[in-house]
Amino acid sequence: MAFAQTAKSKSVSKPRKATVINTFRRDYQLWIMILPAIICVIIFNYIPMYGIQLAFREYDFTAGLTGGEWAGLKYFEQFVNSHLFWDLIRNTLLISVTTILVGFPAPIALALLINQIRWKRGKRILQTTVYLPHFISIVVLVGLLNVMLSPNTGVLGLLLAKLGVEGNLLASVNAFIPIYVLSDVWQHVGWNSIIYLAALASVDPQLYDAAKIDGANKWQIIRNVEIPAIIPTIIILLILNMGTVISTGFEKIFLMQNSLNLPISEVIETYVYKTGIVSNQFSYAAAIGLFNTLINFMMLLIVNTIAKKVSRISLW
Amino acid sequence: MPSISINKIKDRKPSDIIFDAFVIFICISMFFIVAYPIYFIVIASISDPTLVSTGDVLFTPQGFSLFGYEQIFQDSRVWIGYRNTLFYAIFGTAINLLFTLPAAYVLSRQEFRARRFLMFFFIFTMFFNGGLIPTYMLMRDLSLIDTPWVFIFNPLTVNVFNLIITRTFFENNIPHEMFEAATMDGCSHFKFFSTIVLPLSKAVTAVIGLYYLVWHWNDFFTGLIYIRNYDLQPLQIVLRDILLSNQVFAEGAGSGGTGGGYAQRYADQVKYGVIIVSSLPVLILYPFIQKYFEKGVLIGSVKG
Repeated sequence: MAFAQTAKSKSVSKPRKATVINTFRRDYQLWIMILPAIICVIIFNYIPMYGIQLAFREYDFTAGLTGGEWAGLKYFEQFVNSHLFWDLIRNTLLISVTTILVGFPAPIALALLINQIRWKRGKRILQTTVYLPHFISIVVLVGLLNVMLSPNTGVLGLLLAKLGVEGNLLASVNAFIPIYVLSDVWQHVGWNSIIYLAALASVDPQLYDAAKIDGANKWQIIRNVEIPAIIPTIIILLILNMGTVISTGFEKIFLMQNSLNLPISEVIETYVYKTGIVSNQFSYAAAIGLFNTLINFMMLLIVNTIAKKVSRISLW
Repeated sequence: MPSISINKIKDRKPSDIIFDAFVIFICISMFFIVAYPIYFIVIASISDPTLVSTGDVLFTPQGFSLFGYEQIFQDSRVWIGYRNTLFYAIFGTAINLLFTLPAAYVLSRQEFRARRFLMFFFIFTMFFNGGLIPTYMLMRDLSLIDTPWVFIFNPLTVNVFNLIITRTFFENNIPHEMFEAATMDGCSHFKFFSTIVLPLSKAVTAVIGLYYLVWHWNDFFTGLIYIRNYDLQPLQIVLRDILLSNQVFAEGAGSGGTGGGYAQRYADQVKYGVIIVSSLPVLILYPFIQKYFEKGVLIGSVKG
C-alpha cells in the first residue's frame, strides 16, 4: 500500500493542491515526531537571531528581547571609536588564525603517521591514548596548565626554568597564544585525526600496489597516494572549522585570562561577556557581538570561495 | 605472485628504514606527550606535596599523602556540584535523546516532502546564531535564568551534529523494505519507530547519548552565564573556583598567594585531587565506551 502511495506521489500527475493535502495526511505522524525539535530550535536558535536587532535599539528592561527605541548605528560607532576596537579585532583574528594554521594540519599529520604503524596493538594503544584528552573539560585543562606551568612548583615550569625560560608563562603576553594553541592541539589532535584515518582506510589498495611497482618509497606514497586521497575530507573539514573557530574559543580564553596577559587575551567574545552579562550594557554588547558573527561569516566565505575555485568543493 | 615481488621491492629501500625509524620515534614521543601530564596528575595527587613542589615527583609517587583527597571529601561545594551536574546530565541527556531521535528518524524518511528544507533549517544554526547577548535576553524573557531548566533547554538541546549522525545511521541501517512490509500490516510511523527502529539502533543511541552526556558533564558555559545562585552551580563552576580562582579551601583560607610556599603546596595537592575526582566518571567509562565515540565520528563522516 505504502509502496503504491510513494510511487503515486513521485509521478506527479494529479492537481497540486490535492497532492499537498494527501502528502500531509500521509505524513502527519512524521510532523508530530519532528515538531518538538523544530519548536526547540525556533525558540532557542532562531528567536535569538531575531533578537540581534537589540544591537540597533536602546536597551529597555520592560521591552525584553527586542529592545526599545531605535538607536541606529550608535552602538557600532561607539565600539569602532573605542580605544579597544583594534586590539580586540587583532586579538580575535590572531588567536583564531593561529589556531587554524597550527591546529588544522596537526591531525592530518597524526593520521598519516598512525596509518604507517603496522603493529596493531601498539596502534590501538596510541589511538586510545591520544583520543583521551578530548573528553577532559576545559576547566580541568586550564587548571592543568596552571599547576603544571607554575614557575615555582609546576613540573613543566621547573623544566622550562632549567632550560632558561624565566618568569611566569601564564602571565606573559608573548606566551599566551603559543600556550593556548599548543594545549588546544594537545587536547584535540587525536580526536580530530579519526576522520582522516577513516578516509585513509578507504584508499584503494591497488593504488598502493601500483605505487610500489613504480618504485615509490613510503614518503612518496604518502605524498602522491594518501594525501591526494584525503584532500576532499580536508577541504570539507577546513570549511566547517572556519565557521566555528571564533565561537569555540570563548570558554578557554576566558579561563586563561588574567590581568597580566589581558592585552593579548581580550577578544570580542570575552569583552561581550564583560560589557553585557557583567556590566548590563546589553545593546552595546550585542553590537560588539555582531562583529564576531561578521568576522566568522567572512572567514567562512573566504575559505569557501577559495575551496570552490581550487577543488570545486563548496558548502552551497 | 605479484604481491611477493612487491614486498621484495619494498624491503630493499634504505630510505624506508630511516622513515620507519622516524615514524616510531614520533609515535613514541606523541604517546608520552599526551599520557605524561595525565599520569603526572595521578601520581602528584597521592604524593607528598613538598616533594611535588620541588620537582622530585616525576615518574613514581614519592612519600604517600592523601591530604588533597581528605580536603575534597570534606568540601561540601564539590559534592553539591557533583549532585547538580549528575542531575543535569541525566535529565538533560534524556530530553536531548527524546527530541533528537524522532527528529532524525523523520529526516531519514525519503518520502517525507519537507525533508530537504528542514535539513537546511537545522544546519543553518550550525553556522549562524544570535550570539551571546540575544540568547541571554531570551533566557531572561523566558525566566529560565537561575533555574535548573536552563541546563536542559538551551540552544544545544537539539545538537545538529548529533542529529546528522543519527539520521545517517537510520538511512544506512533501516532497510526501506522493512517499512513497506510493516505498513502492509497496518503499522504506523510511531509504532514502526518505537518497536523496530529503536531496537535496531542501540549503537547510535549509545553514541549520541554519550556525546550529550559528556557535553553536560563538561558544560561550564551555562553555569557561568545563566546561574547566579551557588546552590545550583554545576561541578565545572566549583572546579573553576578551586582550580583557577584559587579558592581552594572551603573556609576561604590559604589562598596561596601571600601565604607563601607552604599553603600553595597544599593547595596544589587539592587541585591535583580535584582534577581526578571530577574527571573520574569520564576516565573510568572511557576505555569501555571509546569504540562508541569513535563509531560516532565514522558514521558522521559517511554523510559526505
